[in-house]
Amino acid sequence: MKIARMSPVEMNLEARFDAYVAEEKKIEPKDWMPDAYRKTLIRQISQHAHSEIVGMLPEGNWISRAPSLKRKAILLAKVQDEAGHGLYLYSAAETLGVTRDQMLQDLHAGKAKYSSIFNYPTLTWADMGAVGWLVDGAAIMNQVPLCKCSYGPYARAMVRVCKEESFHQRQGFQVMLNLAQGTPEQKAMAQDALNRWWWPSLMMFGPSDADSPHSAQSMKWNIKRFSNDELRQRFVDMTVPQAELLGLTLPDPDLKWNEARGHYDFGAINWDEFYNVIKGNGPCNKERLGARVKAYNDGAWVRDAANAYATKEATRQKNANASTHAA
Amino acid sequence: MTDAQHFAAVLRLGDDALVLGQRLSAWCGHGPILEEDIALSNIALDLIGQARNLFTLASKLENQGRDEDALAYFRSDLEFQNHLLVEQPNGHFGDTVVRQMFFSAFALDRYTFLARQTANADVAGIAAKAVKELHYHWEHAAQWVIRLGDGTPESHQKVQDSVDHLWAYTGELFMPDDVDTACAEAGLMPDLHELQGTWRDKVVACLERATLRVPEEGWSHRGGKQGVHSEHLSYMLAEMQVLPRTYPDATW
Repeated sequence: MKIARMSPVEMNLEARFDAYVAEEKKIEPKDWMPDAYRKTLIRQISQHAHSEIVGMLPEGNWISRAPSLKRKAILLAKVQDEAGHGLYLYSAAETLGVTRDQMLQDLHAGKAKYSSIFNYPTLTWADMGAVGWLVDGAAIMNQVPLCKCSYGPYARAMVRVCKEESFHQRQGFQVMLNLAQGTPEQKAMAQDALNRWWWPSLMMFGPSDADSPHSAQSMKWNIKRFSNDELRQRFVDMTVPQAELLGLTLPDPDLKWNEARGHYDFGAINWDEFYNVIKGNGPCNKERLGARVKAYNDGAWVRDAANAYATKEATRQKNANASTHAA
Repeated sequence: MTDAQHFAAVLRLGDDALVLGQRLSAWCGHGPILEEDIALSNIALDLIGQARNLFTLASKLENQGRDEDALAYFRSDLEFQNHLLVEQPNGHFGDTVVRQMFFSAFALDRYTFLARQTANADVAGIAAKAVKELHYHWEHAAQWVIRLGDGTPESHQKVQDSVDHLWAYTGELFMPDDVDTACAEAGLMPDLHELQGTWRDKVVACLERATLRVPEEGWSHRGGKQGVHSEHLSYMLAEMQVLPRTYPDATW
């Protein structure tokens, strides 16, 4: 184990930092913070921001084919919200001394991750329901505790993100409800989407606590509040009755209420699949990253033009001011 | 003005809004910067909202039980009466903002007339809301045309090409047919010839500020309002309409 060498001043600062965080106080951008805390936050917030913008793609896939104008408007507004979340989160990460462009470069180079769930395809309209209901539902479970995270800008961004995500989850459930109460084809579509999205949604909480590399330190820093397994259990407990209400079957023969534990037991998660999707072997990894890289590259001339124009305008303004003063 | 002409005039407003909204929504997730994903989605949402209001009104005028979705999803390309300009493909970002600038300049004046002067109070209500939105659409698109035109040599050339290409689709905006003429006479819709002058002034001022060349007047493509479209619309509708046509008994 490598131990970082710290000067006595830094040790003192770190002790004060730990005590400050332990008192549930917020760390702000200009406060002193340990390098590792800053790095952890940059990694987590940028990964979260990337998840928002990559997450626009699987749902964006159905905007053009939404089956009614009302559904089209709702879906478009929802995907637009995800772009807004990306924006708050990139801004929150920028307060830690990294630029949005650097973060995007890291995403495009495969150095920064995004939530693996978005490497699954959206095959039917029912996926718009399942993604909203399950994926946003799991995301909320993960994200609500972040509203109390020790880093102020992240915590504040998450308050707004969570409000919108909770609306998204309800609209996803509404799509599922409409399908589940619709024609036999619609009900079959809903069941098929649930079958495909259930297990990947459970994987969204990350590996079991024993295999989660960053968990312990993040808990100590009040970045993380609950373990992956606790949150996953909470999600299962919340979702089972909702599936019953929909009249759909969760694709897990081992799922049953455990009176003694006061929780639902559920079957073993296929971690082999999880790690493979993370490694790049998911059904859509190449498409998702490819779409982001393409948008960025195709837009380079537009960004260059905007910068060039801003520079020209600034010069024109300066010259105009100079001639006003001269006159 | 016949009832059918009254219906067609409102339907056409809705068709322009829906087709352009559908086009713009394809940028969501693929814009040159995140702020533009948000802005273009916002404009698309405004347009889809306008289309919904206009189709609902058209449905009321027609009184045949075709609601907003029946009008959007169960008409063929031959029955859509949008201008050819709005169905042109997104192309690159410059193509999109030039198309938007040309159309928004026209739509803003059209809705301004409707908000103040149309004989149909329902149309006036929809137009009053749309005017506020169109001010922003016009500003947004014009600002981008200026940035791209007066940006780098590459952006200047690209956006000049967009202007040159799309110019031939602007003449149709001011070519009245029987429906336009009858509705203008009845005070429902503006006289298109009267809109043309202010459109040209605004657009030329924008192009000049963008250091772009104003194309010479020449041949204009036409036919959209009569249901004779470019090849692009049928593909767009095929994609847009696939679910309701595959499952006609379903509600969503």
